[in-house]
Amino acid sequence: MATTSSTPQPEAAVTQQAVEEQRTPISLGRESGGILVLLIFVAALMLSTNDFLTLTNLDNLVRQVAVFAILSVGQLFVILTGGIDLSVGSVLGLSGGVTALLLASGTSVPVAILAGLATGLVVGLINGLLVAKLKLPPFIATLGMLGVARGLVLLWTDAKTIAPLPDAFNIIANGNVLGLPSLFWILVIVALIAAFILGRTIFGRYVYAVGSNAESARLSGVPVNSVLIAVYCISGLLAGFAGILTTSRLGAGIPTAGTGYELQAIAGAVIGGASLSGAKGRVIGAVLGALIMGLLANGGNLLAIDPFYLQIAIGLLIILAVYFDHLQGRTLNLFRRAA
Amino acid sequence: MTISASTTAATPLVQLKHITKSFGPVQVLKDVSLEMFRGEVLCLAGENGAGKSTLIKILTGAVARDSGEYLIDGQEVGSPSPAQARALGVGVVYQELSLLPDVSVEENLLMGHLPAARGVVKKRELRARAMQMLERVGLTRVDPGMLVSDLPVATRQMVEIAKVLGANARIVIFDEPTTALSEEDAQHLLQLIKRLKTEEGVAVLYVTHRLEEIFEIGDRITVLRDGQLITTAPSGEFTHDTLIRSMVGRQIEALYPKREQKQFGRTLLSVQGLRLKGSPYAINLEVRAGEIVGLGGLVGAGRTETVRAIFGADSIDAGKIIVDGKPLPPGSPAQAVKAGLGLLTEDRKELGILADLSLRENVTIANMSAVSRLGVVSHKEELSLFNQLVPRLRLKYHTSEQPISSLSGGNQQKVLLSRWLATNAKVLLLDEPTKGVDVGAKADIYTIIGDLAAKGMGIVVVSSYLPELLGICDRVIILHDFGVTGELPIEQATEEEVLRLASSTPVAINA
Repeated sequence: MATTSSTPQPEAAVTQQAVEEQRTPISLGRESGGILVLLIFVAALMLSTNDFLTLTNLDNLVRQVAVFAILSVGQLFVILTGGIDLSVGSVLGLSGGVTALLLASGTSVPVAILAGLATGLVVGLINGLLVAKLKLPPFIATLGMLGVARGLVLLWTDAKTIAPLPDAFNIIANGNVLGLPSLFWILVIVALIAAFILGRTIFGRYVYAVGSNAESARLSGVPVNSVLIAVYCISGLLAGFAGILTTSRLGAGIPTAGTGYELQAIAGAVIGGASLSGAKGRVIGAVLGALIMGLLANGGNLLAIDPFYLQIAIGLLIILAVYFDHLQGRTLNLFRRAA
Repeated sequence: MTISASTTAATPLVQLKHITKSFGPVQVLKDVSLEMFRGEVLCLAGENGAGKSTLIKILTGAVARDSGEYLIDGQEVGSPSPAQARALGVGVVYQELSLLPDVSVEENLLMGHLPAARGVVKKRELRARAMQMLERVGLTRVDPGMLVSDLPVATRQMVEIAKVLGANARIVIFDEPTTALSEEDAQHLLQLIKRLKTEEGVAVLYVTHRLEEIFEIGDRITVLRDGQLITTAPSGEFTHDTLIRSMVGRQIEALYPKREQKQFGRTLLSVQGLRLKGSPYAINLEVRAGEIVGLGGLVGAGRTETVRAIFGADSIDAGKIIVDGKPLPPGSPAQAVKAGLGLLTEDRKELGILADLSLRENVTIANMSAVSRLGVVSHKEELSLFNQLVPRLRLKYHTSEQPISSLSGGNQQKVLLSRWLATNAKVLLLDEPTKGVDVGAKADIYTIIGDLAAKGMGIVVVSSYLPELLGICDRVIILHDFGVTGELPIEQATEEEVLRLASSTPVAINA
């Protein structure tokens, strides 16, 4: 309450009441639910297994989660504008495949990586143009691209695994920096940059504005089309990056890598508090969401739970997360009014 | 504290006694009582947030009261569901129309109880009953088979009324029915209500922000303020000023500000040969610094389209827009904002506010470069800009971080106005700036508009509400059929003259 109104409080309260449904503001701890779930999982796993807190397991967990988290962060940009990017799993496979092909043909590591990133960026750009210029629904545009990108990588690799790859490349995702897995640091850097862009830059504000109401944003002078193209480019770029990391981690270009990952990415963002109708969600939430799903899979392995049950659990988790988001919106409102 | 100012001996058709209602910790109605009689129009007056909507919802059964009595024909009716309230004869015409746009008029009229045999609709009976219902509201020329989406807004409103009356409503509530109507259509509607009252003995509860309508149609007036009953009295006992005073609780000297020593400067906006999409007429207009120019005309005359075209929101067939001497590249709101234009749209919810964003973010969105360096936003500078603009506006709010959707209509409008103050706009295009805004906030907005003009801004105001148009503008341009039919300096602009021009044929200025 830095500023108070010039009128007495009760009158203002009545004015507020006129609005039946209030929305939770972006800054009001939409991730608190995610953090709670995370803590419960960690506690449960610590109590029920002996292996959870071992270094090998945590190391393994971070390496598994990092790729999903990077995809979720990219997906978040698109979801914040009210869109969706179904092509990220295929882009992951395509970029990884392109990088592996170039490496296998003797191209230097930096060039192969840049080519992989460029591939992701170009696919993202096409997605963005389809959505912004041709006004295709994002679901359709990126669903089409899901097929195209996967087809391309299968075609170019002849549907065969590309191996071996140079050690200088494989070390990227398998090495350690300061005693922690390099993938951990890569994820931290990606998340920090993304959080800075969304939280502190003009572009970030425009992303939220477009997601809240694209036409209102346009009439306020926001370059809506450029913003849309940019978010799909970012999603494509990060998917490409995730593809390169996956290839490096596995030491091989696998043409089917990333199949179905788009749903993991979306689930991560949503479990982390992002709203599919746009304008709500933060980077920290998307990372938490990916972490929760990773923990679920990891814990399932440790406890030797049938993976089919795990799928069911993840599905239920998504439904619960969105339901609690609705509930949270309401309770927080009452809380705010009473204050 | 029961008030029975009416001398009618008849028993009231509807009685509400000592109604209270709270939502969570906030009490929205405190000990409110009212009576409605057959063949009488009771007007419910009050600012936004006074509790009018809640009271209506209690009458229609959409909301259950916390305590108090609700009697129809002297019988306590308990807490009726909406369907029970309808069966008791309570009908309501909402400001947002409740008709299904892609369904025919006749099906809309009888939706929920279509005449049918074993699930198959009886077309002939449907047609006949629909015709009867339409006739009752004087809509004899509407084809009942037409889709509602093909009807003009005013006709839809009439169909809506026919639907409510068709359900045998004895008690009809009109919630801001004329908001979307032109002056002429509003007159029609008022005539219809008068007829329902005198010929059919319907009890009418009429809610509006337009005070002139209250005095034209109301037999008695009930005033609510902050959820409390302020007074109920025959409308003859109120004057324009005393009514406003009891609604607002403070004195508003003059609704429309007196602007001393008007001085017009250089031409800030010049529109040359603008032809809207598909229109044969060229529109020319100029706005000088310090001048408020009104765009008048009937609904559908092309006023909204004109300001949107100037702002670059829609594509045009021809024409040049010059802002402060510099031609504006067409079709780009972003360029228009840069050049110094600002547009306040008529549809605040869909085309104005960014509902999920905070007040601060809504204010700064159109001029982010002023509060950022190298693309990085400074929250501190945003806040200082916000705190520098907002005190001028008499805005009721808690914190700059609350979402804009938590404000009432009038306060949202003030935030949107400050969005354009933040860009240091040279010309503001205001499309129905006080639509759905209560009287107190209206006066504030007029004052702001007057102040902005006095500081050398050029302002274009679109308004369907003639007293407003004539009250605040220096010059009025009247449109019809997407063309200009005339231009009046304010001294010559009378309501009659504006209405006459609003239905004449546009002149081809550019031969």
